[in-house]
Amino acid sequence: MNTHKLKQKAIDKDFLDEIAHLPGGERIIDCFQCGTCSGSCPTAHVMDHTPRRLFAMVKAGFREDVLNSNTYWYCTSCYICTVRCPRQIKITDVMYALKRIALKERYVRRKNAAGAFYSSFVDIVERDGRSFEPELMVRFMLKTDPTLLLKNAVLGLKLMKHGRLPIRRNRIKARNELRAIIRKAKSESL
Amino acid sequence: MATKQSYIYYPGCSAEATGKPYEISARAVCEHLDIELKELADWNCCGATAYLSVEDIASMAVAARNLAIAESTGLDLITPCSACYITLSKVDHYFEDYPDIRTKINNALSAAGLEYKGGVNVRHLLYVFSEDIGMERLSGMVRADLSLRVAPYYGCQVVRPFTERDSPDVPFAMDEIISALGGDVVDYPLKTKCCSGALIGIDEKTALGLAKPLIECAVRSGADCIVTCCPLCQLNLDAYQYKINKVYGTNYHIPVLFFTQLIGLAFGIDEGRLGLNMNIVPYRPAARAKGASG
Amino acid sequence: MSERIGVYVCHCGTNIAGKVDIDEVVEFAKGLDDVTLVREYKFMCSDPGQSLIQKDIEDGLINRVVVASCSPLMHEKTFRNVCTRGGLNEYLFTMANIREQCSWVHVDVERTTDKAKDLIEAAVRRTRLQEPLTKREVPINPRTLVIGGGIAGIQAALDLADAGKNVVLVEKEPSIGGHMAKFDKTFPTLDCSACILTPKMVSVGQHENIELMSWSEVEDVGGYVGNFNVTVRKKARYVDVDLCNGCGACWEKCPGTRVPRKGNVHEKLSLGPVTSIFIPFMQAVPAIPVIDAETCIRFKNGKCGICAEVCERNAIKYDMEDELVEFEVGNIILATGFQPFDPAQIGNYGYGIFDNVLTAVEFEIMNCASGNTGGNILMADGTEPKSIGIVHCVGSRDKNYNEYCSRVCCMYALKYAHLIKEKIDAEVYDFYIDMRCFGKGYEEFYDRLLGEDVRFVRGKVAEVTEVHLEEAERGKLVVKVEDTLVGSIRRIPLDMVVLCTGLEAHETLPAVANLCNVSIGKDGFVIEKHPKLGPVATATDGVFIAGACQSPKDIPDTVAQASAASSAVLSMITREKIEIESATAEVNEDKCSGCKICNTLCPYLAIKYDEEKGVSVVNEALCKGCGTCVAGCPSNAISAKHFQNNQILAEIEGILRSSSGQAGILA
Repeated sequence: MNTHKLKQKAIDKDFLDEIAHLPGGERIIDCFQCGTCSGSCPTAHVMDHTPRRLFAMVKAGFREDVLNSNTYWYCTSCYICTVRCPRQIKITDVMYALKRIALKERYVRRKNAAGAFYSSFVDIVERDGRSFEPELMVRFMLKTDPTLLLKNAVLGLKLMKHGRLPIRRNRIKARNELRAIIRKAKSESL
Repeated sequence: MATKQSYIYYPGCSAEATGKPYEISARAVCEHLDIELKELADWNCCGATAYLSVEDIASMAVAARNLAIAESTGLDLITPCSACYITLSKVDHYFEDYPDIRTKINNALSAAGLEYKGGVNVRHLLYVFSEDIGMERLSGMVRADLSLRVAPYYGCQVVRPFTERDSPDVPFAMDEIISALGGDVVDYPLKTKCCSGALIGIDEKTALGLAKPLIECAVRSGADCIVTCCPLCQLNLDAYQYKINKVYGTNYHIPVLFFTQLIGLAFGIDEGRLGLNMNIVPYRPAARAKGASG
Repeated sequence: MSERIGVYVCHCGTNIAGKVDIDEVVEFAKGLDDVTLVREYKFMCSDPGQSLIQKDIEDGLINRVVVASCSPLMHEKTFRNVCTRGGLNEYLFTMANIREQCSWVHVDVERTTDKAKDLIEAAVRRTRLQEPLTKREVPINPRTLVIGGGIAGIQAALDLADAGKNVVLVEKEPSIGGHMAKFDKTFPTLDCSACILTPKMVSVGQHENIELMSWSEVEDVGGYVGNFNVTVRKKARYVDVDLCNGCGACWEKCPGTRVPRKGNVHEKLSLGPVTSIFIPFMQAVPAIPVIDAETCIRFKNGKCGICAEVCERNAIKYDMEDELVEFEVGNIILATGFQPFDPAQIGNYGYGIFDNVLTAVEFEIMNCASGNTGGNILMADGTEPKSIGIVHCVGSRDKNYNEYCSRVCCMYALKYAHLIKEKIDAEVYDFYIDMRCFGKGYEEFYDRLLGEDVRFVRGKVAEVTEVHLEEAERGKLVVKVEDTLVGSIRRIPLDMVVLCTGLEAHETLPAVANLCNVSIGKDGFVIEKHPKLGPVATATDGVFIAGACQSPKDIPDTVAQASAASSAVLSMITREKIEIESATAEVNEDKCSGCKICNTLCPYLAIKYDEEKGVSVVNEALCKGCGTCVAGCPSNAISAKHFQNNQILAEIEGILRSSSGQAGILA
């Protein structure tokens, strides 16, 4: 992304407030742009804005550019930034919050597969109460790039041969109760 | 004689699939130590990183259902999976820090007649060994000569951001365990660097770029094997090792063991009961000298 | 009883008037019992404001005063003086704090106004019952105790001694000099630290008015302003100060060592000998060695005695013991200084793991001509580094460690960059967050460095690692950092990394502060009397502060504060006498059962039991009016002047009566 072409006109002055009101986002206001997060981040090299810069953009109100960036999709939740941040900003939690907003507002681009991966995972858990890795991978690959199925066939066979890829899925007994919890929880969303 | 140590045990979904050797070896070793793992009744997926990326309260409520069920037992909740550990701990912390979220989660749980009061002590299996069982007892049970050079790989989520006592950068719990078992801990400065986690399923190229130095560094340090305490870390370094070789033109074949497998080996437990045949890069004690090349 | 109370309401500019409806408060006060007049003014503490009150007293309009303004800490003394000048006993005055506890902390005007009314009513009711008290005077002992012999303590001691006053300077190390004695050059002028400090150290050692107690620690402080009783522990030196002539034969032959062996050239980053009998550096004052009993072979197993054998003066005394010395002083100056932040806490910087990651103090010593590398910058293997990284803000500006800015690191970092460039042909990287160059000549120094081919990178270093990802990094320390001005992540291979560790209050400060009854803030430093107007005084009369025990400071600021502290002490001494609080406790002998509970409760040892009368008696000179005995007396026999039960109850009634009809004051 050309960093010089941020959408000046689309500045949303309430964006900082929006993020600061989400759990973990309270201290984003304290960011003094030291770059500890970016320097620590294992995936910063593939992000189109470093975490530090993304936070500057949040503070300045570049809502659309922030949500269109790939930065937070590349967060692997390793929490290295969170424990090192000298301002004690819960950076990883902010990345989660951005993912949620982006998914709700359909900022997810096709080429960015993280959203599809997460949704596939959630669909399975909401149905069965447990994750089922073989189905998750197949679903995800079909959704994003079916040639992946072929590319990962060897891996699948290796895992299966070693007894690490079950064929039958596991389901919890209290599926109805779990769904009731989820239904109610969704009505309580932040 | 001391009363039998009992814990509520939360295996996590990977225990039934890619993390099966971990599950098998953890149970075998605990049985050997006369530690009771009571599996949490009808537990559900913790939600991992994925659910929290999609839903806020729903993901926390789903995780909290496990805590609500565990609470009545009054026992520590133990999980071998670092992702489950962090997800469940996180809900616990949010519960403390945000009264608003606490109320919302309990409103949701009430739909299934449940309530969580916030009293469950969520712990990682690694620290049950390092703190509750202790080095003395572990070394006293050693029956086989390990004399292995081991790279201790913690991964991230077991030490960050909720660490039981270790440093988030230079933890030592697993180092101590390896030493107590008679293994040689090699200098492994990348011990808490990210293996790429779930990114491996999403952007394999980037993810392998994260995993490769972890293998490279272990091999360079002269390790015979890598030992880890997270099912996803093990999967990424073990099952994807052939892909790293393919992409980078390397020839690594270093075994990646779960720390419970290592303990089992030192205790002299039958290899079949430790799920060693499920490791993709084979662990062959006789061939270990050749393990490191690349 | 007909009292005539005057109530004076201060606007404090908009500080109070911005949140409190002054007119409404004035009207309210006029309606209170015994209030004969109410005035309001923009600044009551100003000259015209004070005159208003004084004139009303002199005109006989009032015989009791309530001023509703700021905190008593701020101006109680001011208004008490007004009363005295007008001819009214100052204990017939009360202050209602409607600023700090009211207008500054509330938002809603209506409720803030109500609270101001409540506070005023409470003050009026209390004032009505107050009794005149007589001021007491005590003499001031002209001798001063200075705790800490760094540059702050040295400067303060010399100032006082040069004015002809006696000083006892207590230093816990074997020599005075503190951190400054370890430095080579000082920023921004680059003058030699030893050249400017050593003469001062020598003066201290020779000054007829200074009694220097090195290798000593303050053990106890009793008494009060003007009359402190001090106990100092003179630690056993195992060397007779009177016999030793500092020839050095002992440490040259000593087989023991105080520093752990590292087996490389960084092993002895120390200025003085590293033996068990040692002086900390060659210019030590006094130049008398000390035996470190922890590492001395003689003390460990009795199998040595070399130092005693080689000492021609027979000055070594293995049987020496700690000695307790008691003396009296009138004032105390705390100058305990700082200690550097320990960077081993930050695992990702690799200190203690990588040989060539050094702290600032280690790098200072390495640069010091009298250090063991002779001022040469060397890596652990003895070779010269080709590239050095300087990392700012290590343990400072970091909520995980210390939140504050340590104030000196930017400047000493620039100094390092300059020294490196001057001494060797190395590439220098300087990693900073914000370059803070605020002092005289500081910005100019930064400007100079910008022209010295230093590579400045704006970004806090994320980690230092030895793991190489490419060939150029092999065998190097790699610094991972975001160059925030470029917006890119960089891995910079370097030979050496210097951590600019921040300043923390010295670990001995809490204990010393406790002895002297001064408070420590959440940053670990002493809380001064007022951050702007009372920077060298503390809330305890007669206890002053100088240097880094108050906050991180550079040398110029430390010296300035030390001179300010000694000047404040001089102004006390010159007065010869000081008025002390009249609000002491008194025992009602008819009620006292003689149980002696109060004798042990009193923190100032001011209550003694009178055997003849069978009752306890308060020594007014020692009593601080703290009230502990009042609360502790089972027979209700002790009362505190100016804090009588009826006065306090009246005050509470005033608050609870609540003008607004609801309980407005909760805190």
